[in-house]
Amino acid sequence: MNINPSDISPAMRTGIGDKASLADTATKIQVENLNFYYGDNHALHDINMAVPAQRVTAMIGPSGCGKSTLLRVINRMYDLYPGQRAVGRVLLDNEDLLGKGVRATTVRSRIGMVFQKPTPFPMSIWDNIAYGIKLHESLSKADLEARIEWCLTKSAIWGEVKDRLHKSALGLSGGQQQRLCIARTIAVKPEVILLDEPTSALDPISTARIEELIDELKSEFTIVIVTHNMQQAARCSDVTGFFLLGKLIEFEPTNEIFLSPKHQKTQDYITGRFG
Amino acid sequence: MTLETMADGPEGAATLSGPGRSLTSSRGAKVDIAFRFALYASGILVLVVIGAIMVQLFFGGLPALLAFGFEFFTSTEWDPVSDQYGAGVMLYGTLVTSVLALLFSVPASLGIAFFLTEVAPIPTRKPIGIAVQLLAAVPSIIYGMWGFFVVAPIMKEYVQPILIDGLSWLPVIGYIFAGPAKGTGIFTTSLILALMILPFMTSMYVEVLESVPGVIKEASYGVGSTTWEVFTTVSVPYGRTAIIGATMLGLGRALGETMAVAFVVGNAARISTSIFASGATISSQLANNFNESLPGSLLQASLLELGFALFVISFLVLALARYLVRSRLQG
Repeated sequence: MNINPSDISPAMRTGIGDKASLADTATKIQVENLNFYYGDNHALHDINMAVPAQRVTAMIGPSGCGKSTLLRVINRMYDLYPGQRAVGRVLLDNEDLLGKGVRATTVRSRIGMVFQKPTPFPMSIWDNIAYGIKLHESLSKADLEARIEWCLTKSAIWGEVKDRLHKSALGLSGGQQQRLCIARTIAVKPEVILLDEPTSALDPISTARIEELIDELKSEFTIVIVTHNMQQAARCSDVTGFFLLGKLIEFEPTNEIFLSPKHQKTQDYITGRFG
Repeated sequence: MTLETMADGPEGAATLSGPGRSLTSSRGAKVDIAFRFALYASGILVLVVIGAIMVQLFFGGLPALLAFGFEFFTSTEWDPVSDQYGAGVMLYGTLVTSVLALLFSVPASLGIAFFLTEVAPIPTRKPIGIAVQLLAAVPSIIYGMWGFFVVAPIMKEYVQPILIDGLSWLPVIGYIFAGPAKGTGIFTTSLILALMILPFMTSMYVEVLESVPGVIKEASYGVGSTTWEVFTTVSVPYGRTAIIGATMLGLGRALGETMAVAFVVGNAARISTSIFASGATISSQLANNFNESLPGSLLQASLLELGFALFVISFLVLALARYLVRSRLQG
């Protein structure tokens, strides 16, 4: 996949966030001197970055560069696996979520995650959404119904499923399942949504729908997306971080990364010379 | 490499086809036929053996069935002096001890299995897993002796008095915990049985829990579930039918267990409402009485009929287990 700055079409340019609007944006997540280890394997080296609130932050880089690992640190998913540890600070609204006494379950309810493959639970569409809500809140039946309709509408899937809410979620297509998973994630009203290659298992039409969705969701949520698809990063993100071998090489507004990268390695990667 | 260069190679295309090798060659055909025959034979052997056992038990026990009719299965009388035999006590004892054993064993096995698959630090998983498997290596007779000489006295001295004092005054369920503390009996038997089926059930549960896709568990953690919530709302429902199937297989083992039970069950041919009372199971009754039964006697026929009943019960339980485990694999 080759993207030369001069090749980027006008249509793509309009999708690229502009620097002016970033300057006055608050920081939602501040990563400070983060190091991460899988046992003896040092996977992330001194990561420092500031994820802006209500913007889309893309993380790109070749496989194994640590971008997915960083996502798993941000919502404490690494906790589940013995032998993995993070050193440093990850501040969510100035509160260190790696700190002592912080409950991973609370972190995950404020920072939701959508995975590479759709992961519907083996239950009805309704129950899939209600599942997460019931963990954190006790709503009346009417409120629960309203919440479910809200998040399914937000995820642009309400029209397709409203007549089959009590059928199994496993009967949906891959793209619908992924939008359902997004709905499930926003149902618990998180502040941040992490998307780990959310469209890599989907066809182009479903991918386009998810990208539109990301664009709409950013008015309410802070979004971090890991992607292998550089056009996707260029299309839907405001800021982009380029990772290589566990290091954050460059973290700049998306248009600068793609139009005038500062580092030779970034330039090489986005023009397809490696990776 | 193109086709042409292959043909130009030192071994030309002509040698590849193997000249002179007949298409209808019978090389190895005889061995293969013999091998096939042996495989069929070993497969059929299983059917023959199981069929022969079933027929033998059925006809062996037929005189008892003819003498007492179907009352044989409901009568609680077992009196060799007046030659009156009924299977009621043993059926009751077998079912109650096995079901109670499951009651103790299922939560413990599920707990160990979930601990081993999800929670335990990796360096401790192997030692604990091996320790659990070692429980299965202890011979049945050792469990029996240990139960009789160690567990039963402890039960008599400490556990049963507390349960009797604490619960026997309650209405209705008080009857379950009434009676003297004897040590041996239904309750102690169930505990020993629970311990004996625990390794098997744990390893089955571990397999079931490991088959729950990691991404589903992560997704559940991802919306903020606690470990308990993932266990109860994702892992167990996902493996529900297989867990029930594994439990049934454990039940099948508990039903047929003989030596340990014969030691601690108390061997009394009566039914009591109390779980601390002595009782008998089909297998303990067989073990204790078979030496004394004369060939062709009604006692022996009754014992064979008991064996037939156990066979049928185990068969049904295993068939149900198979069905449940299989239906899960299909969908």
